[in-house]
Order: sequence, then structure tokens, then C-alpha cells
Amino acid sequence: MGQANGQDVEIADVSMRYPGSKRYAVTDVSVHIQAGEFFSFLGPSGCGKTTLLRLVSGFIEPTKGEVLIGGQNMRGIGPNKRPTAMIFQNLALFPLMSVADNIGFGLEVRGVSRAERMKKATELLELVDLPGVEKKKVSDLSGGQMQRVAIARGLAVQPAVLLLDEPLSALDLNLRQHMRSELRKIQKRTGVTFVYITHDQGEALTMSDRIAVMTDKGIIDQVATANTLYNNPKTAFVADFVGENNAFLANVKEIINGYALAETSFGLLKGRNPQNLNPGQRTLAFIRPEALTLREGAETAENVVKCIVKNLSFEGAFITVFLKVGNDNSVIMRQSNDGSTPLLKIGADVDVCFSAENTLLLAYGEVADA
Amino acid sequence: MSVSAQKTRFCWPMERWPMRKLWKDALRNFGGIGVIFILLTVGGWLIFMIILPQLIMLDFSFRPLLPLRKLGGPEDVYTLKNYILLFTTPLHRAIFFKTIWASVIVTGVALAICYPISFYLAKVAKGARLGWILMGLIIPYWINELLRLFAWQLILADSGILNQFLMFLGIVSDPINFRAGNGAVIMGMAYAYILFMVFPLYNAMESLDRNQIDAARDLGSSWLRIHWRIVIPYAKPGIAVGCIMTFMLAAGSIAAPQLLGSPSSFWFTQIIYTNFETANWNQGAAYAMILAALCLVFIMIMLKVFRVSLKELAK
Repeated sequence: MGQANGQDVEIADVSMRYPGSKRYAVTDVSVHIQAGEFFSFLGPSGCGKTTLLRLVSGFIEPTKGEVLIGGQNMRGIGPNKRPTAMIFQNLALFPLMSVADNIGFGLEVRGVSRAERMKKATELLELVDLPGVEKKKVSDLSGGQMQRVAIARGLAVQPAVLLLDEPLSALDLNLRQHMRSELRKIQKRTGVTFVYITHDQGEALTMSDRIAVMTDKGIIDQVATANTLYNNPKTAFVADFVGENNAFLANVKEIINGYALAETSFGLLKGRNPQNLNPGQRTLAFIRPEALTLREGAETAENVVKCIVKNLSFEGAFITVFLKVGNDNSVIMRQSNDGSTPLLKIGADVDVCFSAENTLLLAYGEVADA
Repeated sequence: MSVSAQKTRFCWPMERWPMRKLWKDALRNFGGIGVIFILLTVGGWLIFMIILPQLIMLDFSFRPLLPLRKLGGPEDVYTLKNYILLFTTPLHRAIFFKTIWASVIVTGVALAICYPISFYLAKVAKGARLGWILMGLIIPYWINELLRLFAWQLILADSGILNQFLMFLGIVSDPINFRAGNGAVIMGMAYAYILFMVFPLYNAMESLDRNQIDAARDLGSSWLRIHWRIVIPYAKPGIAVGCIMTFMLAAGSIAAPQLLGSPSSFWFTQIIYTNFETANWNQGAAYAMILAALCLVFIMIMLKVFRVSLKELAK
């Protein structure tokens, strides 16, 4: 394919404050993105993800800190001179040009002949699985097709880093899911470093090699693989933002062999204590909905809570049960349905249990608005 | 397969003619009285204010100038004499073509001045600053065009501000007679019609997605190429409208050449004016028709050059 190989991106202590603004959009971000990696920034809208992407692409310069691409400091280098290409949220295809001219624009700028550009456009359209639309107008394409053209246009200039600004957000659900695997495939085929930003955790978890979770203060809480983020979130924000989670306010009471006992309004819970919280500290206890089970008979479990069934939602492969515990704490339980799972009655009293291993105690802090 | 395809494509000619639908929609939207009111007002306005006066002028233009008693007589026949005169009178012909090229220059100067202003307004300036600049552009137009032209007279006069300034700087020792050639007239017109150029351009550029400029820049484009390939093609309808308006206003202007010009910068409108003033309405009407035809031709050329359809223009 002749694509340039991906280069690494080093974001070193970058803070960004827009002129005239008091607040930092991005604060002390340090991330090292490997060459050829599919890296995502995940965070709620308005958390500074787009700012970060524009800092890497060169549309803005950081107030503090440096951006290095392939080891080279990018300060003072404009977006037209950086080895990056950006896929905009609204794609920003040129409506007055044909598909081939769109894809060839970056090459036209570099003085490549028309015949050569057409050849390259054909090649790239094949790469993104959209052959034969060279002559079409952009407005005649469907949303998913425009997406592919935008990616082809970005790849045409052989960037070392492709920056993607929530490019799937405008597509409908089915197409979005399909494009996830397509994007991943294209990234693997080309070896270009993909930096992807999204507020959709599903996108981030399914596509990325690694993910950085940003809080709405523009701070990165954790950088890890999808698996680690889901199973071992480092902060309450990450635990709450990535995947569904039940959260209970509690106070640490006692430490027992690495586990901690925490007192909630409805009794004691035993859970993992990765942050080594001390007795007396405020904590949030997180339990995934799928970790909850119904107690059968006199079975013993580390954590048992009495709940009332408030509502049910039957979703085929699984059943989501909305429960209430104590003074109006809502709990969500996800039962997998093997075809014989009986439906609970609304209003019934049930004992719900979960292991200490599945209970995660994290220091009380800011959580994402669910 | 092909038969059924043809069947579906076939439709009655009447259905292609949307009159019936138009009529029905109008009745539903405005009611019977409303439709009658619209027909009377719009129709009346069209007929009495636009079509009839033009037809009378057209009729005048094809008749010879005759004393009152000969009207309706044997000499009162349709003739092309008034039109032919333009081509047989070297002075009139020269002034006619001068008016064309000078108006083209006015249009070009206005475009050159207004393009950066419009781009700045549409894509760079934000919030309060945008408001201030727009105000700054509009406020001078609160004053009558004649007064603004008199102000230019004061600026360009022998003892005017510009000459005094130049002499103060020592650039010239004697005042320059700015009003000798066509320069002052062209300058004055370019100034007078700036708004008619700025607003169509601004309107057209304003809806351009900023991301498209960023995308082009990100792909390595220089600013020059961004304008050439992205902004100008997008703003084409606006540029066409601005050029058409400025050209028509310039070609049809009378105040600017009258106030800022000299005998050497005579404008075609001044010939028309003189004709009407000296009661040769027939000659004046013929020349006015020629001027109107010129503007029509200019519109057609602009549409062709910018490859804009009338529909796009209406946006």
C-alpha cells in the first residue's frame, strides 16, 4: 500500500487554556501513544477531548507542555506541516468536489499529477471497501459511505497519525457498530497510529488498544486496556463512567487481609481495596450489575443485601432487574437468561448476593453524570 | 421488466404543469379573499409599476422625435433610428464603451476590497467585534448618497484633505487634479457600492463550514489554495450577485459621474439624462433600453462565468 508507518505521539505535561478563558480546557495531560496503536480518549462531552485532538493536529498550541510526534517537537509547526490528518466530527468533505477530488485534495496540494491522484483515489477507495464511486458527488453518498471517503481522504496524504474526532456520532446504531470493526480493520491494514476521541464507551472499548479516560475537568484519570478499565478502574470516575455500575456511599470500617469492610446505610459490605483506604475514609462501593445474583436457599455469600423488586426489563439474552435497597438506594441487577430463568415478581422481597472480589471500594470522588 | 419501468415513468403532461397544484395550495393557505387580494396587489404592482412603464418606454424608443402636430401622422412609424444613432455617433459610442469598462473596473475594485472584508466578517470576527464592524460599514450609508459624494468631492478637491496631506508630507509640490480622469468617479462608485458587494459575499461565506477550511489546512493546503479551491467556489453565487449588483449600479449611476467627474469622464447615463432633459424622450428611451440590455448581457455573462443557475442566485 505504500502507507507511511505510524509514529508515536508524546503528549508531555500539556495544559491548554483558551485566550480569554479562565478555566483550563485540558490540565496536565501526559500520555505516550505508541506507534501503530489504536488509542482512544474517552470522556463526557465538554471534557477537553476535542481540544486535545486539535493540540495534536496543530490548530492550537498548548499553553504549557509539548506535543511530540515521532520524537519531533511540534511547537510552531502548523497543521498543514504536521504528519497528521484529521477526520472531523461532521467529516467536512468538500461538497463541490467529486469523491476522487476530495480524496486527492491533499495530493493536489503536494503537486501530484491528476492521473496519479485518480490512481491513488481508486486504491484508497478499495482500501476502505468503497470501490467505484470516484466520479460521484459527495452529496450522493450515504452516511457510512461519506465516512469511508473522509477516512480515505485522510489516509491519502500518508499521515503517520490519523486523528478521529467522534466520526461515528452522526451514524445510526447499526452502521455505527459496523463501522467500528471497519475502522479497526483499516487501522490494522495501514499500520497508521489512530487517535480516536469519543464519549461513547462502547466505541472506545471495542476498538482501542488502549484508552485514556478523561474527567470533565480535562484531567486523565486512567490509561489502560479496555479489560483493565472495566475490571480494575483506578478511580470512582472511571468505575462510574466505563460500563454500568451500582455505586453505594460508605465509610471504611476495617481492613482484613487486603479487603476492607465498609459501612453503608443498609449494612456492611466487604470488598477489594486497591487504593489502600484507611478506616474512617469515605468510599464508594462499586458492584457491576452482572455480578449480582439471587441467593438460593441458605447459600452463604460474602455480601448479602435485602432488596425489593421495583421493575423488570426483559431484553432477551438477559433480564435487567431494578431493585431498591435500604432507604431508596436503587440497584440494578442483570440476570442472564438461559431460557429457564424465572421472572421475578414486582414488589417481591429478594436477597441479592455478590462476592467481595466483585465489590470494589474506591475513594469517594467526582463521578460522571449518569 | 422494461415495459413496467416505462409504465411507471409515463405521466400525463398536465401533471408536470404545476398550475393546478399551485392554485389549490394558494387557496388552502390564504383563502379566497386572500388570493384575490394577492392577485390584485401583486398583479397591480407588476402591471402598473413595472411592465407598463417599460412598455411605454419601449414604444417611445422605436418612434422618431416629432413635433406635437405630427404625432399620429404619416411620419409616426416604428424605426430603429434611435438605436442606430449610438453606432453612428463616435462620441456616444466611445462613452458607451467607456461606461462598460469603467463599470467593470468599479466591480473589480469593489470585489477586491470586499472579498477580504467579507471573509473576515464571515469566518474570523466573532461576537461584539463583528457587530462593531458591521455597524461601521452600515453607518456611513445612513447618510444620503449625494452627501457622501459631496464629502468625496471635499476630499479630492485641489485644496482638499488628500492634496493637503500629500503636500504636507512633501510627496507632491502642486495639488493633483484627481478629478481630471475617470479615477475619482471609479473610486467614488467603488466606495458607494461596497455594501452591495459585501453583503452578498458575507451571506454566501457565512454558511461555509469552518471545518472545511480546517480540513483543507490539515491536508496541507496554503491559505491561497484554501481560498481558490474551497472558499471562492463556495461563495460563487454570492460573488455573482455582488458583481451583478455593483455593475448595474455603476453602469446606471448618475450622481457619481455628475459630482465627481469632469467633462472627460462623461457617463452613458448622463447622455440619457441630457436627452430626457432636452425633451428628446425617444432618443433617451432607446439609450435606456440599450443600457438595460447591457445589464442583462452582463448578468448572463456572470452566470456563465460563475456557472451559477438563477435558482442558486435566488438563495
